[in-house]
Amino acid sequence: MQRDMLSPLDWKPKTWAMVVGLALLALLPGYVAFTEDTFYLDLASRLMILGIAAVSLNLILGHGGMISFGHAAYLGIGAYSVGIPAYYEIHDGFIQIPIAVACSALFALITGAICLRTKGVYFIMITMAFTQMVFFAFVSIEEYGGDDGLVIELRSEFAGLFDIEGATGLYYFIFASLLATLYLVHRITRSRFGMVIEGARGNERRMHAIGYDTYRYRLVCYVIAGAICGFAGALLGNFTNFISPEMMDWTASGELIFMVVLGGTGTLFGPILGAAAFVLLEEWLSAITIYWHFLFGALLILVVLFWRGGLNGLIDWIGRAAWRKRS
Amino acid sequence: MDWTLFVTQLLNGLQLGVLLFLLASGLTLIFGIMDFVNLAHGSLYMVGAYLCATLTQATDSFVLAIVLALPLTALIGLAVEFVVIRRLYARDHLDHVLATFGLILCFDAAVHLLWGPEGMAIRLPEVLDGQVEILPGIVFPTFRLLIIGVGLLVALGLYLVVTRTRAGMLIRAGASNRTMISALGVDIQTLFTLVFAAGAAMAGLAGMMIAPITEASIGMGNEIIIVAFVVIIIGGIGSIKGAFLAAVLVGLIDTMGRSFLDTLLKLFISDQNAETAAPALSAMLIYILMAAILAFQPQGLFPPKGR
Repeated sequence: MQRDMLSPLDWKPKTWAMVVGLALLALLPGYVAFTEDTFYLDLASRLMILGIAAVSLNLILGHGGMISFGHAAYLGIGAYSVGIPAYYEIHDGFIQIPIAVACSALFALITGAICLRTKGVYFIMITMAFTQMVFFAFVSIEEYGGDDGLVIELRSEFAGLFDIEGATGLYYFIFASLLATLYLVHRITRSRFGMVIEGARGNERRMHAIGYDTYRYRLVCYVIAGAICGFAGALLGNFTNFISPEMMDWTASGELIFMVVLGGTGTLFGPILGAAAFVLLEEWLSAITIYWHFLFGALLILVVLFWRGGLNGLIDWIGRAAWRKRS
Repeated sequence: MDWTLFVTQLLNGLQLGVLLFLLASGLTLIFGIMDFVNLAHGSLYMVGAYLCATLTQATDSFVLAIVLALPLTALIGLAVEFVVIRRLYARDHLDHVLATFGLILCFDAAVHLLWGPEGMAIRLPEVLDGQVEILPGIVFPTFRLLIIGVGLLVALGLYLVVTRTRAGMLIRAGASNRTMISALGVDIQTLFTLVFAAGAAMAGLAGMMIAPITEASIGMGNEIIIVAFVVIIIGGIGSIKGAFLAAVLVGLIDTMGRSFLDTLLKLFISDQNAETAAPALSAMLIYILMAAILAFQPQGLFPPKGR
């Protein structure tokens, strides 16, 4: 078990690895300012945004056992919540971001109330169906660009408090959001609420028997995850300066699941690792060959077949091996 | 309302419906018997279309190409089952979804590698390329009629196999209680492999039938497979009858919605609002239908008995 708030000397190797990783992310803009190569800044920004989305998906998928195949909908809703106000020249982030979170939460509440009545494959498919609905809705709304998408001319403005128009400003905004998300999800999973969610995944009937209305707990969890992912979507819209229904394609939802599983389901840092591995692999493989999807797909199959536990499990394993050597 | 257009669209809807049934029937059997979610079913649809296109060019005969491409697609299905899918039955749905998602990426890239990024058109023989007058004043493309005919024939054949033969009896038994029939000494693994190959062939057939109309292209299966999933969810997983009725229902609703929803909406709201709302709403119609049905019937319309 992971005990927090111990002195750094007692941290597990994994915690160390994550602290070092986050510190590196924090220092990256310094390196970029030095080399004047913004490539890595963009890469890391994308990585962290997808990381936030993956963390939110992990909350329902890993902790709650709800396999949502439609999580990309919230990325889209969040991004359009920035794009549509910007289209009407409302650039105030204090309006855009609450819209993104509120719309995502509302969408999650309405669809979740229906989806959570179903189980297993039906749940997977109905979450996907709802995302397809949003996808097609935005494809056919000509006013906001339809299929071609919408360009966001100006990023969100925060009344002069902080400026995310520049790449570095945006980077630190995303970085702070990532830390806040990790803290929030950490607190949720450790709370009594989080325990009920875990319990309902393990044995729903037993949770019922001891008096929990698991449906309500799950629904709340589903809404929280949707809201966080909507926030990530708002960041994504700001980051890419361009939004299109493509963001909500069902393959995008599949990719989010891949990140969570690649990193390790039901762990705090796993989804971030998974998103990092996903973004870096995509970058690396697509530079090698235009047929990189083949390698990507093959890797995905191999991970599922032979490598349970994801990257998080791998780090645990390395940590244990190092520990054995020392003692 | 314009009756010519109405009848034409009715037939178009039926054609989409039988096409969906060709995909959905394999999917629902794989789902029903082994509880396996196969997202890559749409890739076999694509492979079927490409094989048929190449063979049509090579043999100069569309019909011969189909006859050759069908067993080839089934073989590819068998290979996929043998290499990847067989190892996944004991896993949970999440693993199925992920691994078959990986398969889709592999298939799309492999087709890209073998056939190039361009789509492939199939030229129909002249007999099929024309139009026929089905009712006085209503003409309809011959080939689309053929698709409906082939689809209905396959549906009938499947119905006879499932209800009248020993293999069909085992399939039905497997769909309602897998553990029980393997305890009774039925080799469920072999049965499933055969069902998978047959499902692959039917998906391939659907691809071959649509390719002359839309041409074979990369990722062509990724859109329609989602609709096929909607069909089997509405119909109830594991039920052939459910798949057939849901496929026709979805095909009709989708096609009719796209053509007539704006007319219908204009009865209730202003013309301008109807023009804006209709395209969005008609694209969402089948998903709304699915959500509505699942909200009241979480198991679909015809859930197999015994589960």
